[in-house]
Amino acid sequence: MAKKLMKGCEAIGEAAIQAGCRHFFGYPITPQNEIPEYMSARLPQVGGMFVQAESEVSASNMLYGAAGAGIRCFTSSSSPGISLMQEGISYIAGAELPVVFVNIMRGGPGLGGILPSQSDYFQSTKGGGHGDYRLLCLAPSTVQEAADLVQEAFDLADKYRNPVMILGDGLIGQMMEPVEFKKVINPEDLPEKPWATTGAKGRKPNVINSLYLDPEDLEKHNWKLVKKYEEMAKNEKRWEVFNLDKKADILFVAYGTVARIIKTAIEVLKEKGVNAALFRPITLFPFPGEALEETAAKCKHVFVSELSTGQMIEDVKYHLGKERKVHFYGRVGGMVMTPEELVEETLKIVK
Amino acid sequence: MYQEIVLAGFGGQGVLLIGKLLAYSGMKNGYEVTWLPAYGPEMRGGTCNCTVVISEKPVGSPMSKNPHGLIALNLPSLDKFEDTVRPGGVIVINTSLINRKVKRTDVKVIEVAANELAIECGNAKAGNMVALGAFIEATKIADLEKVKEIVSENFKSKPKLVEVNHKALAKGFEVAKGA
Repeated sequence: MAKKLMKGCEAIGEAAIQAGCRHFFGYPITPQNEIPEYMSARLPQVGGMFVQAESEVSASNMLYGAAGAGIRCFTSSSSPGISLMQEGISYIAGAELPVVFVNIMRGGPGLGGILPSQSDYFQSTKGGGHGDYRLLCLAPSTVQEAADLVQEAFDLADKYRNPVMILGDGLIGQMMEPVEFKKVINPEDLPEKPWATTGAKGRKPNVINSLYLDPEDLEKHNWKLVKKYEEMAKNEKRWEVFNLDKKADILFVAYGTVARIIKTAIEVLKEKGVNAALFRPITLFPFPGEALEETAAKCKHVFVSELSTGQMIEDVKYHLGKERKVHFYGRVGGMVMTPEELVEETLKIVK
Repeated sequence: MYQEIVLAGFGGQGVLLIGKLLAYSGMKNGYEVTWLPAYGPEMRGGTCNCTVVISEKPVGSPMSKNPHGLIALNLPSLDKFEDTVRPGGVIVINTSLINRKVKRTDVKVIEVAANELAIECGNAKAGNMVALGAFIEATKIADLEKVKEIVSENFKSKPKLVEVNHKALAKGFEVAKGA
């Protein structure tokens, strides 16, 4: 397929279709309305189904049902809407169902604003809903990567029977970049899901449930989930290291939109004689902590930047240990840092 | 090649569209491009703008604090962005709606009466294309004929508009040449 110039939101929608997804359940919210808009036009063309639910709570429970029936399905929303979906997300994680969620983050808390933010890191990587569960969480930095990760997310969700969260922000959703869809999957070619509730003709009924009243059973179930998360940690950590040969004066750690802004700042810093590198986690859970440790060992200073008051920095500090000073620069509320601001902050640190 | 361009005007003047055309033409020339609309709540009634980056290397920040080029289709846009343009940059202004001169003396200024010229070309709404034509000539950022091709693709279902837009692009190009 040739490269097309597409908005991040539209590319996410098309990527889902190319991944063989034919079912979308959602509820509108800025700044991701282009995703449901796109799906509502495209899904009927490919024999799919678009449902605008009466609320996010309802959408997330529809996803529970569809995924339980063995169907590839997804939804998208933005921060306040994702909060409303947490009931469904917790149940989906508990019942081990493969669902892809897309969160095009906006500023919070509460209704907040409609401009870009990264303030749902805790929600996406540490829980969000109740209970001991984890989401596989992927954070794209370009429109192309958003498309690639959405396609991959469906496979990962199936592989682990676990919800996957794509964590983007308003900037990636609204921006246009050239994009190309690398895989085309026909839904009919997807592997069977023998666990799905598809009508128990000629076999014992399958049960999909997250209720375990016997505490021994529930404990067993919880440890089984943990095994799965450990498996993800072993196989799925992804990251990018940018501009590091041997040693650097300073290592930026950032994901998503902030990471690409830093790439511009790194070019400017080069001209000022500062050798800066970037470590960009692509999976936020599992967090690529060992790779970060290894990279940070080659850099004099560590500098985390986020569109939050400091969330991912907790994971960075956890992995680098108490001894290591970690600098921080955050912008919030929909304000986005410029490369110039990051250069200025960097110069304060390296001097 | 590395160019950041801000395109601004009232909502409805078509700044987002000409931004997309610029980004398309950059992409067709094999460059990396980004197109970023300002989607904040200020859009209605105020200025509407987008930022286009065209680059040899993958684009880092899709935002621009100091663009190389500015197309301002109305006065609030010029007021807001005039000072941000880099020295040596290019500013194209729509004199149909801007009744003052550009104050900057360290940039190349192209004045086009985009609305009147668009009416001459047959459609009052094509002022954005006049401005884009002028910008292309002033910056050499794209090839006029290639942009015309992209317009033909974009308006495939409306052949009438293709003709008007081609005329308007050429008109702007011509005016800038004479400037």
